[in-house]
Amino acid sequence: MSTSKNDVLPLRTEHDIVLARQHVRRLTQELGFGLVDQTKMVTAASELARNAVIYGLGGVVRWEVLTDGTRRGLRLHFIDEGPGIGDLKQALTDGWTSGSGLGLGLSGAKRLVNEFDIETAVGRGTRVTVTRWK
Amino acid sequence: MDRIPILRMGEYLLVTIQVDMHDQLAMTLQDDLTTAVQRIGAKGVLIDISALEMVDSFIGRMIANLSRMTRILDARTVVVGMRPAVAITLVELGLSLAGVETALDVERGMRRLRAGVEESGAAIVHLEE
Repeated sequence: MSTSKNDVLPLRTEHDIVLARQHVRRLTQELGFGLVDQTKMVTAASELARNAVIYGLGGVVRWEVLTDGTRRGLRLHFIDEGPGIGDLKQALTDGWTSGSGLGLGLSGAKRLVNEFDIETAVGRGTRVTVTRWK
Repeated sequence: MDRIPILRMGEYLLVTIQVDMHDQLAMTLQDDLTTAVQRIGAKGVLIDISALEMVDSFIGRMIANLSRMTRILDARTVVVGMRPAVAITLVELGLSLAGVETALDVERGMRRLRAGVEESGAAIVHLEE
């Protein structure tokens, strides 16, 4: 598996959430994703970007265009240095929220992608990696 | 400050969301719309989301809340024009928008709002029988 291109975008403000999802939209279009797949990836990106801004107190999203044999995909890493998640199992449960949201951010985003990985440590931050293949 | 325009058509209000909304813009729309419903005594609200390429849990919640808030203010909200890819994604995300009335396009949405007044009238007649 190889990375053909990658870059980093900031996630500091609400406006950055909009910019991130627009960027992800363009990348999925360039990769030739179908409309439903584009929408799923963009929506997952929006949820995770908001988590990084609101709960992670800001961070970045690093994106990579991947090639694995004949298939291509997009991988996104949402990285923050916020408070981290104490109870990961609970955070991945539908409807559970530590804030005012619906509690669908993490669990919902997980359902919208092909691969989902999360690393977190209390006081150190959170890194969520999602991949969607064409 | 950015604002989404709210158009008045008699006793109905029409909102067409044409921009990729940031969160604050969605909250401002919620405030503006409920204020407008109360001010003109609107009977119905039509929200056209045909230009929205994505509805995430935040925007979905805003739409569901608007529907509930206007109901408390004695107005019906119909959400029209959702793209199929958005509907598929919303359901997988876990958001079914329960209780939110929808129609395929503005015309059908308006018809539904107008018919709704008669429908509720008919229900009362039925109860009295």
